[in-house]
Amino acid sequence: MTEVKANMAGNVWKVLVSEGDTVDSSQDVVILESMKMEIPIAAEVSGTVKELKVKEEDFVNEGDVIAVIE
Amino acid sequence: MFNKVLIANRGEIASRVIRTCQNLGVKTVAVYSEADAEAPFVSEADESYLIGGPKVNESYLNIDAIVNVAKETNSEAVHPGYGLLSENTDFAKRLEDENIVFIGPDSNAINQMGSKLTARQTMEEAGVPIIPGTNDPVESVEDAKQIASDIGYPVMVKASHGGGGIGMEIVQNDTELEKAFESNARRAEQFFGNGTMFVEKVIEDAHHIEIQVLADHYGQTVHLFDRECSIQRRHQKIIEEAPSPLISEETRQKMGEAGVKAAKAINYKNAGTIEFLVDEEQNFYFLEMNTRLQVEHPVTEQITGIDLVEEQLKIAYGEKLSFSQEDLQINGHAIEARIYAEDPKTFFPSPGQITAFNPPVGTNIRHDIGVNSQYKVTPYYDPMIAKLIAFGDSRAETIEHLREALVDYEVEGIKTNIPFLIDVTQSPAFQKGDTRTSFIQEFMIKQ
Repeated sequence: MTEVKANMAGNVWKVLVSEGDTVDSSQDVVILESMKMEIPIAAEVSGTVKELKVKEEDFVNEGDVIAVIE
Repeated sequence: MFNKVLIANRGEIASRVIRTCQNLGVKTVAVYSEADAEAPFVSEADESYLIGGPKVNESYLNIDAIVNVAKETNSEAVHPGYGLLSENTDFAKRLEDENIVFIGPDSNAINQMGSKLTARQTMEEAGVPIIPGTNDPVESVEDAKQIASDIGYPVMVKASHGGGGIGMEIVQNDTELEKAFESNARRAEQFFGNGTMFVEKVIEDAHHIEIQVLADHYGQTVHLFDRECSIQRRHQKIIEEAPSPLISEETRQKMGEAGVKAAKAINYKNAGTIEFLVDEEQNFYFLEMNTRLQVEHPVTEQITGIDLVEEQLKIAYGEKLSFSQEDLQINGHAIEARIYAEDPKTFFPSPGQITAFNPPVGTNIRHDIGVNSQYKVTPYYDPMIAKLIAFGDSRAETIEHLREALVDYEVEGIKTNIPFLIDVTQSPAFQKGDTRTSFIQEFMIKQ
């Protein structure tokens, strides 16, 4: 089980996967938006999205868990 | 002078404009978003009005809401600051129609310079040197490849209506061009509502040097010398200085004259900036014109003794410029460092609650600040929270004043780029004035 974490504070602009989806390691899970910059967050491991902890418009802090991949 | 001016902006520039208005006895009206209710500029203005939600299109880009406040408060003029609506033709036109003075050029001049392609055509006709490239829209990737092969890689693909570093990318070959052309067109369409693209040659080892101009309504146009703004990350400036450490007196004079020529070519009024790329041989090429006050205007104010916001207000009110070109001279040196709420290594944004904010005190520094020690930096706007400007008799002395002030600058609760700025001031390349636009890239590799 691997946690996908936010590498910057910001708003969740787009959620690109759903729980139960299979993802590969380079696949983007969400796109964060902060201060006119968009940062895609990749899964980093291949597997199934077990849990999505955020929805669009949510605010996340750096280090917050975005999703859990199994 | 105007009795009352509305400031259609936020943060440090709103506070900066309010300061000059107060000096001139002009009453001020602030407009703010829900996210900025606690911001310093809101309480500094004589009157403040909430105009909408935190997102810029709900508030600071909401032309109807801003015009309504201007009318209800009997504001005679609107200062647009920089960014947001400052270069928006519809906003300038709307104010013209409502008989409210837009403190800036007329909507025609904004429109002409808003399209980088039209600007290229206009400047070429006026005899101002432009970067080799296309003056017509490039319709397809295939056309772009043809142009790239004609002028030679690397080339810059650029959105005609782009800005703030969005919609432009340097490409080295056909494969990169294919990817960049489509993605930048899409982003430009999304951000600026126009995906028109063109292709320009990359000027290698270039310095970014710009000329400040002021033009009144009676045919007088002067330049206030140059600013060098080569230290950039993601095409956004971080450190700016005046005068440029690169150019000779002869080039300085030629560039100043070119700046005046460019402004006159579009019958420009008020404060504006003509940006040039300058190569090591001091050849200079028109990049774009910013039809507004620039973030980095304080360095020009420090070396000329002219308050640019005051001049903007006077020109907009219909006064003649009170000085001629011969009256202007450069005194000493000034350097501005932009304090960003961002990670000093990755440059990723770092919004959050500020828990301590103590800018240093000194006789050779100036602060233009948008936050305070209780301020919560939100993710909705630009990461710049303050500007630190140092000045002195020489460049070396000014760098030392800047470095000392940065070391003493205390911000807690959020990450800032201050450690990075200190590293830059200590680097031999910066101290030598070897400040090409590739500076940060090369600097990061060496770290």
